[in-house]
Amino acid sequence: MTQEPIKVIDDKCVGCRLCVKACPFGAITVGESRVAVIDLTKCTLCGACVEACKFDAIEMAPKAAAALPDAFSDYKDVWVFAEQSEGRIQSVTYELLGEGRKLADSLKMKLCAVLLGSNTKPLSDELIRRGADKVYVADRPELEYFQDEPYAAVLTDMVRRHKPNIVLCGATTIGRSLISRVAVATNAGLTADCTGLAIDPETGNLLQTRPAFGGNIMATIITPNNRPQMATVRHKVMKESESDAARTGEVLAQTVAEALLKTRTRRLKMVPEQGATVSIAEANIIVSGGRGMQKPENFAVLAELAGVLGGAVGASRAAVDSDWIPYSHQVGQTGKTVCPKIYIACGISGQIQHLAGMSSSDVIVAINRDADAPIFKVATYGIVGDALKIVPMLTSAFRKALGK
Amino acid sequence: MHFVVCIKQVPDTTEVRIDPKTNTLMREGVASIINPFDVYAIEEGIRLRERVGGKVTVITMGPPQAEAALREAISMGADEAILVSDRAFAGSDTWATSYTLSMAIRKIGDASVIICGKQASDGDTAQVGPGIATHLDLPQITYVRRIDEIDDKRIVAERLLEDGHEVIESSVPCLLTVVKEINEPRLPSLRGKMAAKKAQITSWKAADLGADPARLGLNGSPTKVVKIFTPPPRGGGQMLAGEPEQVTARLVEVLKETVVGAAS
Repeated sequence: MTQEPIKVIDDKCVGCRLCVKACPFGAITVGESRVAVIDLTKCTLCGACVEACKFDAIEMAPKAAAALPDAFSDYKDVWVFAEQSEGRIQSVTYELLGEGRKLADSLKMKLCAVLLGSNTKPLSDELIRRGADKVYVADRPELEYFQDEPYAAVLTDMVRRHKPNIVLCGATTIGRSLISRVAVATNAGLTADCTGLAIDPETGNLLQTRPAFGGNIMATIITPNNRPQMATVRHKVMKESESDAARTGEVLAQTVAEALLKTRTRRLKMVPEQGATVSIAEANIIVSGGRGMQKPENFAVLAELAGVLGGAVGASRAAVDSDWIPYSHQVGQTGKTVCPKIYIACGISGQIQHLAGMSSSDVIVAINRDADAPIFKVATYGIVGDALKIVPMLTSAFRKALGK
Repeated sequence: MHFVVCIKQVPDTTEVRIDPKTNTLMREGVASIINPFDVYAIEEGIRLRERVGGKVTVITMGPPQAEAALREAISMGADEAILVSDRAFAGSDTWATSYTLSMAIRKIGDASVIICGKQASDGDTAQVGPGIATHLDLPQITYVRRIDEIDDKRIVAERLLEDGHEVIESSVPCLLTVVKEINEPRLPSLRGKMAAKKAQITSWKAADLGADPARLGLNGSPTKVVKIFTPPPRGGGQMLAGEPEQVTARLVEVLKETVVGAAS
């Protein structure tokens, strides 16, 4: 009989149901026997019940003996994947360098950027100014823009050769598509969409905190027995590192074997979205509209405010499903998760799926006619009223205040 | 052509409520549904079959009750369904999950296009699709919003990016992950529902896959959850009352500095 990974000690269990409440996965029931029963097909061994139990009645099998620290001593440095598009470093990269610096310092390791592209000299200089001690560069015409297979193969090869301890990547379309392949190929642990990173001072493990269940719970995840530790990081959560022209660093040109550049996909065309000046993923300010905007024409009112504030226009699922605005503007569980400095929700009631996509914004302004709308529960500032009336007034007030 | 759609059963988050007193998830009586993104994947599989012929197989890794999700996929029009279920899979992270599903797809043998939803609504990782492609050494097109051309040699699809889209050609076999924009899923027909009731669901255990036990479940998962907690509630919210002129003036006052800062 194999040992159960988690079990209830029947003698100690009093059937209090604290564990039932604590379990995020609905895996525990207390039946007529008044003893907790764990459904192992639902259990993810997260340990929430073990902590919740006041009677020490739930035990988890001890984790496999930690690998000797010596086995990890080859794995050095904190790497940041430098995402570039059309010869420009994406701002999420600077956020990763800002955060990576703290991790590298607490591990007493170096902070390195990894840059794939073509004609990359100005970019690698900027990465050093932004805090990279070293920049590993794979510069080839074939790597000019992101392609899944060659990018994954080249990065995998570099990880195998240089053995980083940590690899960070933006939780973007490109970042998630790329690093998922690299993590599987290198047997690395990978945690998605982190909003908090820290080093455990005892073990040196990377503590990766991320929202789950649409932000209703937070989970802290580690990779105890494997290196490297990889994570994608949510855009706009971490602070960008400042550019400092006095900083120095090393640029390490990497040779790229021809075989790594092989690809079975080919980009035929790249089409930037028409009319959208700022994408919602990048925007510091988002003016978002829902069903309360009533008709597509009224989104022009939001666009005007967004224009004055230098922000982007977002939307709830209801507005997108009504074809008032394209899907690329949708915020929420089936759209994009955003984290701007200011999120202005206009005529959005605040369904749980919408909140999942925006509740980590710094400041939330909610304008809704229904005083009981759930959006007011997360709002920093709430206004009960008609968005169609208030938004234009807000636009002209900001125009005046900002001298525009 | 053989379209293999990977799906996941998840709790219906539209039914998840937060207990206002304890600020924890209330999951009692919450129904299980097909991950919303996977419904688009199933629909696209069926549409591709309607376009070029062949068959659609849906596959899920999960507990025995995930069979309900497979039957629902059959009611939409999928031809065959495989449940990959074993206690050895418990505690799988995305590495082990993508390995397990890739072994099942190897066993299927003749998959032309593997379709996944862009991510699952409970974990939100978007890692399993590309993970499967890597385990199988297949090309991938992620975040697909439209399939322009397809035959048994090549596929042309549009990938949605943050600031636009790109048109990508891939050789077949390959793996796609799809976004909501790609289609509008059909409702099950009466005939489909009847078929779903009668359908034979194939069931595979770990031993059937010829998988390396060290790569399954908890043992095969590099990541471990060490703590789960409820995020601190957003406090300090205030309602601004008064005439619209006053309210907007107050908002400008409190936000102006942040707006100016955000622009720099």
